[in-house]
Amino acid sequence: MTTIQEIALVVERPSEAAPTGRKTRPWSLLVGSGIVAAVLLAPLVFLLIEANGTGATTIAHLIWRSLTRSLLWNTVRLTVVVTFLCAVIGTLAAWCVERTNLPGRHVWAVLVVVPFAIPDFVVSFGWASLSTWVQGFRGAVLVMTLAVYPLVYLPVAASLRSADPGQEEVARSLGLGPLRTFLRVTLGQARGAILGGCVLVALVLLAEYGAFEILGYQTFTTEIFTEFQVSFNVPTASALSLVLVVLGIVVLGIDAAARGKGRMARTGPQVQRVTERQELGRAKLPVLIGFGALVGLALGVPIASSVYWMFEGGAQALSGVSILDAGWHTAFYSGAAAAIATLMALPVALLAVRHGGPGARLLERSTFLVLAMPGLVIALALSYFSNHYANDFGYQSAPLLILAYAILFFPLALVGVRASVAYAPVNLEEVARSLGQGRLAVLRRVTLPLVGPGIAASFCLVFLAAVTELTATLILVPTGVQTLATQFWAYQQNLSYGQAAPFALVIIAIAAVPSYVLSRYFDRLPARATRLD
Amino acid sequence: MTVAGWSLTACGSSSGSGQSITLYNGQHEQTTDSLVAGFEKATGITVNVRNDDEDILADEIVTEGSSSPADVIYTENSPVLEYLQSKDLLAKVDPSALAHTPSKYSSPEGDWVGVSARVSVLIYNPGLIAKSQLPTTVLQLADPRYKGELAFAAGETDFQPIVTSVARTYGKTAALNWLDGIKTNSASHVYPDNETIADEVNRGAVAFGVVNQYYWYRMRAELGASNVDAKITFFAPYDPGYVLDVSGAAVLKSSKHQTDAQKFLDFIVSKKGQEIIAHSISFEYPIASGVTTAQPETPFDQLQPNSITIPELGDGTTAIALLKQAGLL
Repeated sequence: MTTIQEIALVVERPSEAAPTGRKTRPWSLLVGSGIVAAVLLAPLVFLLIEANGTGATTIAHLIWRSLTRSLLWNTVRLTVVVTFLCAVIGTLAAWCVERTNLPGRHVWAVLVVVPFAIPDFVVSFGWASLSTWVQGFRGAVLVMTLAVYPLVYLPVAASLRSADPGQEEVARSLGLGPLRTFLRVTLGQARGAILGGCVLVALVLLAEYGAFEILGYQTFTTEIFTEFQVSFNVPTASALSLVLVVLGIVVLGIDAAARGKGRMARTGPQVQRVTERQELGRAKLPVLIGFGALVGLALGVPIASSVYWMFEGGAQALSGVSILDAGWHTAFYSGAAAAIATLMALPVALLAVRHGGPGARLLERSTFLVLAMPGLVIALALSYFSNHYANDFGYQSAPLLILAYAILFFPLALVGVRASVAYAPVNLEEVARSLGQGRLAVLRRVTLPLVGPGIAASFCLVFLAAVTELTATLILVPTGVQTLATQFWAYQQNLSYGQAAPFALVIIAIAAVPSYVLSRYFDRLPARATRLD
Repeated sequence: MTVAGWSLTACGSSSGSGQSITLYNGQHEQTTDSLVAGFEKATGITVNVRNDDEDILADEIVTEGSSSPADVIYTENSPVLEYLQSKDLLAKVDPSALAHTPSKYSSPEGDWVGVSARVSVLIYNPGLIAKSQLPTTVLQLADPRYKGELAFAAGETDFQPIVTSVARTYGKTAALNWLDGIKTNSASHVYPDNETIADEVNRGAVAFGVVNQYYWYRMRAELGASNVDAKITFFAPYDPGYVLDVSGAAVLKSSKHQTDAQKFLDFIVSKKGQEIIAHSISFEYPIASGVTTAQPETPFDQLQPNSITIPELGDGTTAIALLKQAGLL
């Protein structure tokens, strides 16, 4: 999972790749980024239009009704608890894999990350269909922690891998025990990564729908759906969505404040070197059991439960579409969206990395707000603009759905593209040019080999996310078409667990296998990239 | 439901062949699937089905206005159709189709036709509550002794007719107090829909709830009789909670395929269509063309529902307003 780790590393340290301080700003990049920003802003504009049409008094009334208090309480307490648990589990797991002599750590490194590729609604289906204990707040905490802790694990593992092991050695040579070294040095090194992971976790929790619906846990996002379903109450749904956006801004603000002004220094040049690993000693068995339990709960239960229902399911009540048909549409929409999102990310990443400045940074960080908006809102916004300003162009058709995916998962693409662009500093290209290489040769021999893998990784991240998207798909999917996610949902909602299960398994396979293969392939990336640095 | 072609749907209503119609389906998919298959076989007209919650579909139609791709909308409940009628979006149903269904189950203005019906029942888990302990009237749902035992789905369109019915019988103030009691009793068991209520009651997560009768029969078909511990029972005869809900269908005024769309309506209320409903595992009561249910349900003519009429059920706005006021929505 090294690429994802490398990618994640850049999310959590946005200032790491320092701008090269060029004075001239290419207009093409600015225009490109501007267009991308405008597209990403569309959902927010839609919310403001709706809110404006409703009027401030009505909105205030909607927001200050009694239900909001319980929604706010539910949303905030879940976000805090799950984010904390994810931080603990993700950090400990990353430390064990990266810094100790954990047996089989290469296998664990993959297994611990794969749950990220399983849709949250499949995880909660797996749990909730087995036991009534898993519901409400405790169910939501359990399921969401298991589904999203990799968002902390990934950046922390990446940062531990690239951080300077010399500091730990110095600390220990000065007499600090292993625990204190971990608390005072290692945690300090990984602080930015932990924070970055927590931000992602918190934003994802704000926008989650499917899992909470299955678990019967009410948050702002589930209420937005209820409002929308009962009487299509777009104004109320929009008002509640604005609350979500504000919560998202609060999360990003807390992150910015917590980062502080800490600086990191290295004892040696920026080269990876093999660290002496911490002996687990007597802790080896408990740690192994812990890893086994984590993987069993996060990965084993959803898969086992799906297999169980496949054989235990009842009547074939719904005809539905074939897995092949749903799979093809899913792959097509997701692939197209991944390509577009990656293209959209290019100008923004180039602007941010090569030219920097507070404007570029603000633009970059603000795109993370998209993560806090439910897919439904993005879908409604696109429908609205299509109906009102584009003569229904694209309405209920593939292009609009693909665009919705591209907007929804743009942050993932940006994170990856940004990482790869940072690996290809402009001076490398200049050196190549000065050595007499032509523009095309530079592109082929220098830029592409450096940038290519990261861009491919972005493509895969967006692809994986889009495969599991549900809520925007329900609104925008062309009439008569089902994706794997919508067909799973239709069966699950109908209690046709036997028919839902194969779709869950195919989603897991589609999402997990490529992420595994890719992680192995990209294992070689950092070494090559750092050597050229 | 074959591939509708992602490239062909950019302009959904522009197809001029007349050999296909688009159906916005808010009815349960298993009901619609078999009806659509029967219709396609009988007429050769292809039906593109868009499945979603009935409220979402109705409001998509309102947003789409005159350019709506939909030709026909088929819903679980009458209020959605009454709502579309109030927006003047429905075409008149052919009198021949209306003639199949008893007039009290169709739109008084002839804008939509009643297709099938269900009644509300109590679903309970005998392991958690004895039948003798259950409420017999809808008002008792708010009784403090049921605290923590009641399952409730505020967003479920099937529940709104009961709210309307309670408000009609006892007045809005009493209805609001009643909803407050329900809110307290169901605080830890608020679910998204009736399927979930049926499932959770059956699994013993909560003692009882109110659903329409067919959810229990469908759950039994899905899970197998041996896996279903939950049972159902009726409210007292003519109680305001004992409500008959009518599922109906309408042709959109904006439809470019009026003839074919009317044919679809005509088919689903014909003897053939009603037989499909009677034998499908949707477990709804057929109400047209003299067809009766083939399922082991209480026969339709032995039901004793409250006297509330379709116009009195209206478009559901009163119920939604009350649910909001009670803080349930």
